[in-house]
Amino acid sequence: MTNGEIVESFVVPVHPHTVLAPEQNEGWGRLRKAYDDAAKIIQDSGADLLIIYSTTWPSIIGHQIISDPNPEWVMVDHDFHELGSIHYSFKIDVEFAEQWNAENKSRGLQSRCVNYHGFPIDVGSVVALTLLNPENKIPAIIVSSNVYADRSETTVLAKACRDLVKRTGRKAVAITAMSLSNRMFTEHIDPKDDRIHSLKDDEWNQKILEFLSEGRLEDVGQLSRTIQRQIRVQKVVNFKPMWWLSAMNDNRNNLTGNVLAYEGIHGAGCAVVNLNPTPSGFGDKEYDEDDVEIFAGERGVLDSNTQQESKIETDDGPALWEPTKAEGSVNTDAAPKPVGAYPHARRVGDLIYLSGVGPRQPGTNEIPGGPIHDNSGKPLNYDIKEQTHAVVNNIARILEEAGSSLDKVLDVTSFLVDMDRDFQGYNEVWAETLGKVGPTRTTLAIRALPTPIAVEMKVIASI
Amino acid sequence: MAQGEIVAGCLAPHPPHLVYAENPEQNEPVAEGGWEQLRWGYERLRDSLKGIEYDAIVILSPHWQTYVGTHFLGLENFQSLSVDPIFPNLFRYHYDMNVDVELAQQIHDKADKAGLTVKMMTNPDFRVDYGTITTGHMFRPQWDKPLVVISSNRSSAYYSVEVMQEMMIELGKATREAILESGKKVVVLASNSLSHRHFTTESDIPEDMSKEHITSHAMHLWDMRIIDYMKSGQCQRIIDEMPEFTEQAIAETDGGAFTWLLSTLEVPNYPAILHGYGTIIGTGNAIVEWPVYKHKEA
Repeated sequence: MTNGEIVESFVVPVHPHTVLAPEQNEGWGRLRKAYDDAAKIIQDSGADLLIIYSTTWPSIIGHQIISDPNPEWVMVDHDFHELGSIHYSFKIDVEFAEQWNAENKSRGLQSRCVNYHGFPIDVGSVVALTLLNPENKIPAIIVSSNVYADRSETTVLAKACRDLVKRTGRKAVAITAMSLSNRMFTEHIDPKDDRIHSLKDDEWNQKILEFLSEGRLEDVGQLSRTIQRQIRVQKVVNFKPMWWLSAMNDNRNNLTGNVLAYEGIHGAGCAVVNLNPTPSGFGDKEYDEDDVEIFAGERGVLDSNTQQESKIETDDGPALWEPTKAEGSVNTDAAPKPVGAYPHARRVGDLIYLSGVGPRQPGTNEIPGGPIHDNSGKPLNYDIKEQTHAVVNNIARILEEAGSSLDKVLDVTSFLVDMDRDFQGYNEVWAETLGKVGPTRTTLAIRALPTPIAVEMKVIASI
Repeated sequence: MAQGEIVAGCLAPHPPHLVYAENPEQNEPVAEGGWEQLRWGYERLRDSLKGIEYDAIVILSPHWQTYVGTHFLGLENFQSLSVDPIFPNLFRYHYDMNVDVELAQQIHDKADKAGLTVKMMTNPDFRVDYGTITTGHMFRPQWDKPLVVISSNRSSAYYSVEVMQEMMIELGKATREAILESGKKVVVLASNSLSHRHFTTESDIPEDMSKEHITSHAMHLWDMRIIDYMKSGQCQRIIDEMPEFTEQAIAETDGGAFTWLLSTLEVPNYPAILHGYGTIIGTGNAIVEWPVYKHKEA
């Protein structure tokens, strides 16, 4: 399996004018031309996946990812309905959507896939996909923007996606459907009179575009809160797409940026910006924020009983240990704590030996797919596929800490507590992940594991 | 032509969970009940208005959000499938609703004359928002009365709650004038919750009522304060405290529906009837009726 990558990134506007009325205003026409140029760049990049983070799809229950293989409907904008309707029919990469969803959960995020006939794809995603992928050749992914999410949650969302792109060998394009300044005229205007709402908004937009044209994406990300206060209408949506896009690009500040167009649409600052991963030689990071990998924010909000149950479960399980340190040992906070005195991994020469890895989550100790029994030993229904995905993700994080990666795995010994029930699900996830790498494998049935999990893997990899 | 009248005004919240829990044939998902306190509240509201004749229902919903003025549905019929973009697992509703375009146009014209930015929505592909549909269904599941549907202008986000209130009070006056001149009997509905801080997680069984409660004590205190004002006929105090309430309770009153409702009712100083209060995914919701027909002006 080759390493995947983000081959291009784009900032694109959300309003329907570029699709339905580019001829009514010269600026709208220039934005449309830039959209068409962006579509050509994408086509030439050889991309096999478009990933859209849309600020016009707000969500409350974590993040939502479209998993309908072919969403079709007619979209009418709530404000500019007189411009007409946009018929859409998109091709969604369902497999990637489901894998991203699982990866989000394994990193502590609330996440779910959405596959319902007639689900209203938001205006930003409809406009972006209609113009960037006009013949629907490249499968797409659409994710919502959670109204309560802050930087850490948005960053972890992006890292989960970015790492999945790398692991699955995809050539992906990251797209944020968004405005810069988002204050619109609150009265009807003649299209020919359109412009940026105010000089102040225009000056801030120009500053953002100057940074982006120099490829300083992380700098814009770190200015997000300031930008939100200065030129964003409060409570519409936080200015978080730059956090997402920056994390998708490894929080870099030396991308190659190109502003293809910048115009006003009904007063809002709208730009088409291309960011290419080729190093530009521009600035380094001037300061940094927490480089969070796992979301550990408050999630046990349903009631106190949930928290209590979780605590009891932890109390009744084996004690957690700090990983031991010795020559060549490799430990990381991005993996669950050991249940004994041993390290996460140990490096010897060009080889890395991992201790048995289960699906428990770092920080929370939760088990994706659920535990196999409760504290009294009563069997519970659980999802072996989710558990297996979580195991693979934990392995990937330990290997990454060691300077290795999943595609360097050589040999795996897997342990299942219920071979009859779980082999098929475990085997399916294996085929989607490590099976594509090609390590040797031995699968054993055993009576139990120390925690209420169904699967564990012992791994040897090269550096 | 006889003068028209507003026969009742109601606070009629729209969380889609209520329709989901009712299991109407129009909604695809199936529930095991849930949120009974509020659904019984809607039952009591419907019973309360059973003997009252009216010609049309006017709804202002926070989920048709417009930034360029206030919009009105302007075609006689809308049929489609409404899928809630936030809770698609709960609400996928096949709707068929009629619009009183004549009355909508009259309110539009009055508001225009008053200096507000307005627009009629005449695109037949337009999908009606789930807030309007939920309130419409819970208030009158027969769908046998034409509606006037008004969008929620987001002036509170663009400017301030104070500016929003100025605009919504003006829109309320225009709505009232248009109704009186129309000769029609009308019920006006504000489709919004009170405190509006959501949980960000959902239980495996969404209708598991052992998980449902208000998100914080502060939200509860604010909701009870506003309800006390409604029950004791002190609606001017609600208008006065709206900026603090909207900010501190993250209240859905930011959409303007509640202020608009009170304005159409000329800020009532008589007690409202509280038909129910309950929480939905942590937000506070009250079903309240102002029985205008009992307080007719001379």
